[in-house]
Amino acid sequence: MIRVRVTTAGPLPGATYDVVVVGAGVVGSAIARELARHRLRTALVDARDDVGDGTSKANTAILHTGFDAVPGSLESRLVREGRHLLAAYAAETGIPVEPLGALLVAWDREQLDALPALAAKAERNGYHEAAIIGPDEVYRREPRLGPGALGALDVPGESVICPWTTTLAYATQAVRGGVELHLNCRVENIADDGEHHELTTGRGPLRTRHLINAAGLHADELDRRLGRDDFTVTPRRGQLIVFDKLARPLVNHILLPVPTALGKGVLVSPTVYGNVMLGPTAEDLDDKRATNSTEEGLRALLSQGERIMPELVAEEITTVYAGLRSATEHEDYRIRAHPAQRSLTVGGIRSTGLTASMAIAAHVMDLLPETGLALGPARELEPIRMPNIGEAFPRPYQRPELIAADPAYGTLVCHCERVSLGEIRDALTATVPACSADGLRRRTRARGGRCQGFYCGPAVDDLLDTAAAERGAPGTVTR
Amino acid sequence: MRPDGPSARPHSPAGHPGITERTVDVLVVGGGPAGLTAARRLAAAGAGRVEVLDREREPGGIPRHCFHGGFGARDPRHLVPGPLHGPEYARRLAADALSAGAALRTSVTATGWAGPRTLEITGPGGIERVTARAVVLATGARERPRAARLIPGTRPAGVLTTGELQQAVHLHGRRIGSRAVVVGADAIAHNAVLTLRAAGVETVALVSSRPPLPVPLSLSLPRPRRPVTVLHRTTVTELVGHGRLTGVRLRHEDGRTAVVACDTVVFTGDWIPDHELARRGGIPLDPGTRGPAVDTAYRTAEPGVFAVGNLLHGVERAGIAAEEGRVAAGQVLRHLAGEPWPGPGLPVRVGAPLLWAAPNRVHPGGPPPLYGRFILRTARPLALPRLTVSQDGRILYRRRPPLPALPGRPVHLGSGWTSAADPAGGALLITV
Repeated sequence: MIRVRVTTAGPLPGATYDVVVVGAGVVGSAIARELARHRLRTALVDARDDVGDGTSKANTAILHTGFDAVPGSLESRLVREGRHLLAAYAAETGIPVEPLGALLVAWDREQLDALPALAAKAERNGYHEAAIIGPDEVYRREPRLGPGALGALDVPGESVICPWTTTLAYATQAVRGGVELHLNCRVENIADDGEHHELTTGRGPLRTRHLINAAGLHADELDRRLGRDDFTVTPRRGQLIVFDKLARPLVNHILLPVPTALGKGVLVSPTVYGNVMLGPTAEDLDDKRATNSTEEGLRALLSQGERIMPELVAEEITTVYAGLRSATEHEDYRIRAHPAQRSLTVGGIRSTGLTASMAIAAHVMDLLPETGLALGPARELEPIRMPNIGEAFPRPYQRPELIAADPAYGTLVCHCERVSLGEIRDALTATVPACSADGLRRRTRARGGRCQGFYCGPAVDDLLDTAAAERGAPGTVTR
Repeated sequence: MRPDGPSARPHSPAGHPGITERTVDVLVVGGGPAGLTAARRLAAAGAGRVEVLDREREPGGIPRHCFHGGFGARDPRHLVPGPLHGPEYARRLAADALSAGAALRTSVTATGWAGPRTLEITGPGGIERVTARAVVLATGARERPRAARLIPGTRPAGVLTTGELQQAVHLHGRRIGSRAVVVGADAIAHNAVLTLRAAGVETVALVSSRPPLPVPLSLSLPRPRRPVTVLHRTTVTELVGHGRLTGVRLRHEDGRTAVVACDTVVFTGDWIPDHELARRGGIPLDPGTRGPAVDTAYRTAEPGVFAVGNLLHGVERAGIAAEEGRVAAGQVLRHLAGEPWPGPGLPVRVGAPLLWAAPNRVHPGGPPPLYGRFILRTARPLALPRLTVSQDGRILYRRRPPLPALPGRPVHLGSGWTSAADPAGGALLITV
């Protein structure tokens, strides 16, 4: 029997799962990967057509040290542990990471005065490398900073990472380890007969003995369907501006704002793709679909960017996006086992969730027995190697040996991002394949560059349609 | 045409296994009207091995997907449209360059520089480093997409530029949508309407932040058979819709706003030179055009590196770009014959509301620019502008062009004043 491991349409398997993880973001996928080590029938389900298509896709892409977490909190511990776990995992699987270090630049007296407390907080969070540096050193390290920087807190351990490859690596390893991934599968209702949860989904019923709620922005709604009312998610919108790759030489570090009573400010950060990012805004909203950018938001970002680095805002803008962070009324992560419901909820995972994801998954595994789930012995997973879409490592177009072996890696389709036909083909036929233009962009960068499709859009769309036709799914229309 | 060309005596440079090294006489980067025309003349004049690189599968540049007439005018100075369709024009340019003896290599991308006149190239045949005695950059221009124009809203499908629209419809036969709003109201926007119509898409409106063109000029626009509503003094302030575009929010100058239902929006014009290769080579750009700064002989600041076509100015007609290629080829020949590379010369700057001038460097006593004129752009309409050229406060030239100056259209300035400039003086300033 051929076991279908990733499904995007049609009825779901009728058998009963041992555990279903709802939400295939970075956290849900990390948990599914841990579950894959055990002899369990596990499903990972998501309402969207891809993994990592909600909050996980639109964040600031930083691998944090956790220096500024609330000391003693669960978040502080999981970020600290998760950072080391993810750094090691990234090196092993080829997730792009660049250890650039961060500077929290103080632009006024109040911010400068806040630095010693931040340095002390870093110590309490177990991070000992943070140090305050003076303005001369700041400008020596970041000569393109705008005038008026008074000093900075140097946090050398902060890195930038590819959030898309991270989620994909977890999901890929989970699926190869036997987890079934069901996409386009929104959970609409849950009925509990005391032994099974019967999930009503957009693709029909799904039965499971145990349930893990990793539904991110929708974790509160899913919890209420389980009869729990522990927290409410308030979407906090972050708009970000991504500048052209030609701006990359302007910036050497992750330039973080100094949080004060007056507000949090915005960061300027290189991305692993070689762009420079400016943002995010922080707007509390009611609408969990409000991933739109706004005139006021973008204007505010540009005016703050103008102060931090005037040359940056003179560069061309490649793209603008907005993500929704799942803020709750609680300060900390809300990770709770609910023995009566044979379920576990992972809620309130904010922007640190990417860094903490592997530690969150390990913590969830520790808590799962409380829900009555016997995990049994764990096994090692087959190692995986993800395609590199970062600029700090050789891309296929730069690798003569790869092109000699397969000329498709020397046939560039997306010119701005130098994405080859070979990489697109690989992404369309991967374990967790790209099914949409956005999914393909997150796997390869195709169509994600400065022209946004002027040169390559229709050619990329044709490749997507061909792959969809081969899978028997309906084609996409031109974006 | 072969997808990849021959390698003349390839060898691997030390420390770079798998990368072949070659030399040519002239390397032209970009096989559009400017690059192909330069290559044709160079090859015909016996410049040695003249190689054109194009990253697309077919050469020709933007005319490849312009399925309308107007190309190949005998004298591109005049507004008389030429007799050829874009694809036919593209094919002729390529055929002419080939028959003159130029090598045309498609599906290869110049990805960066390995030396002052050495480019690194990736193609299906592998990675090469090609060193040339002269490099001609002809990488063209692209339309700014929605994000670069900072249009807020969601990120739905159905948001295109004219370039993407034309390729999708004419080269790929793709389905587009049913109701479109086109941003822009000049010739390119009207051509987008025709392409949309060819794809069965109704254009609800053209939207332009500018006031209407004066009637005589508007007559030169392509005429759709059915008239299209043009909303002047109006901007797109938001894209609406999840997954697929459902509408665009418009705002009139007077403050009124409305959401127009549509599933497609096409952003036209707003060109930016594709200057990545130039910048990666450290070639100084002109702050106005954002293309490489060049003198009237199309020389950049980097010895042996020329730049032509719409890489220098976003954008002029294809015929102008081609003419620049032809004229620049003459300068390339002089360079190959040993003419010394001049110093940077005097920068040409503009004052508001002028946006840029091209060419934008001058050597007093140097060759005149194409057709003996500089090309300018203005940010706002000027009914009877008086153009003044000065240097260090000294006025060199003052003249009223015969036509009003309009945004998005060329304004021309005669070049007779260049010999009067002081080679030891400061920047030349063009003001209104």
